[in-house]
Formats: sequence, C-alpha cells, structure tokens
Amino acid sequence: MSWLGPAEWQALGLSLKVAFVATLLFMPLAVICAYALARCRFWGRGLLNALVHLPLVLPPVVTGYVLLLIFGRTAPLGGFLEKAVGLVLAFDWKGAVLAAGIMGFPLMVRAVRLSLENVDPKLEEAAKVLGATRLQVWYRVTWPMILPGFVAGAVLGFAKALGEFGATITFVANIPGHTRTVPSAIHAFLQLPGGEGPALKLALCSLGVALSAVALSEYLVQRSAGSDDAPR
Amino acid sequence: MMLHVDIKHNLGALTLDMRFNAGPGVTAFYGPSGTGKTSLLRAIAGLQKPDSGEIGFQDEVLFGPRHNVPSQKRNFGYVFQDARLFPHLNVRQNLTFAPDLAGQAAPDLDRIVDLLGLEHLLSRKPKALSGGEAQRVAIGRALLSKPRLLLMDEPLSALDPARRNDILPYLERLKSEGLPILYVSHNMAEVARLADHIVLMDDGRITHAGPVDDILSDPALTRQIGVRQTGAILRAKVSDQPGNGLTGIRFSGGQLWLPVVDAAPGTPLRLRILAQDVMISVHEPTGLSAQNVLPMEVTQIHRGEGPAIVVQMRSGQDHLLSRITQNSAQRLGIEPGKKVWAVIKSLAIAPSDVGRG
Repeated sequence: MSWLGPAEWQALGLSLKVAFVATLLFMPLAVICAYALARCRFWGRGLLNALVHLPLVLPPVVTGYVLLLIFGRTAPLGGFLEKAVGLVLAFDWKGAVLAAGIMGFPLMVRAVRLSLENVDPKLEEAAKVLGATRLQVWYRVTWPMILPGFVAGAVLGFAKALGEFGATITFVANIPGHTRTVPSAIHAFLQLPGGEGPALKLALCSLGVALSAVALSEYLVQRSAGSDDAPR
Repeated sequence: MMLHVDIKHNLGALTLDMRFNAGPGVTAFYGPSGTGKTSLLRAIAGLQKPDSGEIGFQDEVLFGPRHNVPSQKRNFGYVFQDARLFPHLNVRQNLTFAPDLAGQAAPDLDRIVDLLGLEHLLSRKPKALSGGEAQRVAIGRALLSKPRLLLMDEPLSALDPARRNDILPYLERLKSEGLPILYVSHNMAEVARLADHIVLMDDGRITHAGPVDDILSDPALTRQIGVRQTGAILRAKVSDQPGNGLTGIRFSGGQLWLPVVDAAPGTPLRLRILAQDVMISVHEPTGLSAQNVLPMEVTQIHRGEGPAIVVQMRSGQDHLLSRITQNSAQRLGIEPGKKVWAVIKSLAIAPSDVGRG
C-alpha cells in the first residue's frame, strides 16, 4: 500500500468513519423530521422547516461557528455534555460527525420527504381497513414505498458528509489523526510545497468513494423495485 | 338484523342523515353522485367519524356516544372505486396482505383465486394489470381478510362498459359466498343484477327502501330511478335452447325469447326489462317481428310531470313496467284492471341486463 502514505490512509479512514456514522445517526432523525413535515400539521412546522434547511443556505463556516458556540467546551451545552456523560465534541472526530451530519441533514430530509409525499394516503387507508395497525401500515406499506427515497437520502447525506469542509474545520479544526478528514487533508497538502501528489491521490479516492456510493444506491433501489417474484 | 345504522353527518353542502338496518344478501345504495353514498360507507368502515348517532353490527356497538371502534378492528372488507393495490407487492402478496399481517396462512387463497379468475395474474405487479383485473384483485384481497361484511363503493364505475360486463359475472358468483354486502352505485343496470334490497338515496337521505323486485316494479319511483333506467325485474328459468340464436325462458306468467344465453336449461335468471322497451296493445297483435307478446293485466298507473305515464302490469307473480305517452294511454283507455298485451322485442333485452340467479 505504498500508493497512499500513512497520513493519507488515516485521513481516508477517518473520513469514511465520520461519514458513515453521521449517516447512520442522522438518517432516523431525518425520517422522523420528514414525516412530521410531510404528514403532520402542528404549530411551529414552518419554523422546523426553516431550521432543517438552514445548513443548506448558511455559509458552512457560520454553521461550524454556531456549533462551536453551542458545543464548545466552555459553551453551556458543550460543558454540560462533558460533565454529564464525558462527551467532548469540539476538536474531536465525534464533533466532525456532528458537523457532517448537520450539513447533510437537509438533503436527507428532502429526499425522504419527497418520497413520503408521493405515497398515496389512500393506500394506507386501504391497509387500515384490511386490519393493519398504525405500526403495520408504516412498515408494510409506507416504509417499503419510501425505501428508494430513503436510500437516495442516505447516499446524498453520506456524500455530503464525506465532502464537508467548512463547518468541520471551524468546529473541530484540522488535527492529523484526530480530525483531519480527506478534504482537510487535501487542503493541508496544498499548503505544503510538493503536496500536489498526495492531494491529487486523495481527490481520486474521493471520486472513487462517491461513485461507489451512487452505484450501490442504484443497485439497492433496483433490487427493492424488484422482479415480480422477489419475495419480501 | 346484522347492521344497524342511525347517523347524522354534516358534509358541507348536504347533511347525511341515514337510518336503516341491513341484513344478509346484497343491499344496494342507489342515488345520484354527491348524495353521500361514499361518506356512508366510510362511516360504516370507520374511516370517517360521523357527527352523531350510532352504528352497530350484530350485538356490537361500533360507533356511539362513547364508542368508536377503529377501522382495523371492525373486520369489514372495503372495495374502493379505485383498486388501491399496493404497488410494491405482487398480486399474490396483495391478496394475502391481511393474513400476512396476522402471520397466518391463507387457506382460502386457491378458492378465491379460482372464484375471481386470478391464476394467471398471481406473479404480476399491480402496474401490469388492466383496470378490471386490478379491481378483481382488490375484491379478492378484501375477501381474504375474512370480513364480516363487504362494503363496495362503485367498484365498477372506473371501468369501461365492456370491462364492467366482464366483471359482473364474478360479482354474481360472489353472492354465493353468503357474505352480506353493501353495494354503492349510481348505475341501475348493476344494481338490478346484483341487489337483493335497494335503498334509494337523495340529498343525504333515504327516500325509499325495499326488496329489489318491489322497488324496481314501483311505477311511482320512475323519476328517482331515471326515466331511461326504469325497468322491472323478471325472475325466470332457462327452458329451451333450440339453437336458432334464441333462448327460451319461463317465468310465472309465461314464456319469453331472448337472444341466446349460454346457460343450461333450468338455470335461474333475473332480467331487467326497461320500461321504454315495452309496448302495449289492447288487442292481441299479429304479424309483428317482435318475438314476445304476453297477455297481462294492468295493475297500476303512475302519472308523472312529463309527457309519459308508467304502467305497471302483472302476469303470474311477475310485473312489467311500460312507459307510454299520456296520449296513447288515453286513446287506448289504459286503466287498472284492463287486459292488455305487452310486446317486447327480443333484441331490446341487452345481454348486460340478463343476470344469473
């Protein structure tokens, strides 16, 4: 494995870990959020909608700074988390997960919400008359029908997390081995004389990972659409 | 009585105000569009909560001042106007949706598949079905939930007339399942073939209700049923198949010839003879092309607002209706008790008006 040096491997491994964990943690939240926005009418719905979309329109550096203001070690919530459960987010890879997750969240919610809005509530009604409880309606009818949207949301969120730079570097800085993800590493390499080689290799790696993610999601969506006889 | 309904529900433009009991067999709700028929079925299914009143099935209160049994616990089948099949499941999985929920096998699957002619569709996805096929699957899916009552909301209205005629025989076979059915429709041809009881609705209320034969032979209901839809039902049995393109049938008042019906002698039939297709003669006519000349007795006359009157005639236990102009009635001296001959062209009886049973 001489093509990539140990620092590059470290950055790539960290990036994959951060993006994976961020997708895993934020997708369920995105589903709940999308469901609330698509199906429920409640006070503050507009506010929630705006809040979810905020990371999409705010400069990423500002998002990172806001995270620092809330979750920094001297900030109220950050201090509380450290005292209560010993969780330190700022300048740690777990903080990178938070930053990446929040930046990808609007994309995840949008994808799930769009597919939820495409599910005809009449079908859920039909399931109900056939004896399905609310939970059964969800996992027998609604969930399988939004699965392609869910996969699309997860891939978008994963890709966004993988490429997230501004909020990450602001919130958790660029510490080799701790918080140096691929984009941060590329940025760092480009500051050094002779760093173009590793930077290009990492850029190619990003491309490879992104393409694989898209291909995997295509495969999953195809499979869930399924052949006529596919057992479920 | 199995189903007891007494509800009021404000629908904006009209108020649904219904009170009735329904027993075994097919009870058809007939009325113009927008008269609250669908809302009624939805209330019975528990999909819509009425403003007030009571719904009971056998000894169980489903809806009342302190009761509202949710849809999924009422155990009623519902066939919607649109089939509403689950697009991510194939036909077999759609059919077994209800037994699958309960984690049970579907021992009736083969019988229902056979009843509705679904064998060749089992592995297809709903998007590969025609409208008529999809609706048959929807009916099968409802039946396999082992409902105590089947609610059918204009199940044929989204289909073209040809598909409609294809599916009617399946619905006639469905009656043999012995399941009580509430059937909503604004198509009298369907109602006349399927119903045992008819409830006529207008503006959210019941205007008339009774056995299908009584309602359809009542000359006073012409306006509500529709002047071109009015026609009495004749109960008959196939008697002759001479092979000349005609089928002979025998009813309580004599014999009739129809365009050939593919059925063995002895098969019970019910046919609707439209009032506008029946002529009346006061002498026994001869030299007519019409195949059927039946001696009858005038029993009732109903004068409406238009230029026509509706004459009810009897032969044996069966009744016929005829719509003729007031002028003809005066000219011929038509009045109750008069002996007349009813003239019916064989070809006037459409195959879709000839049902089994």
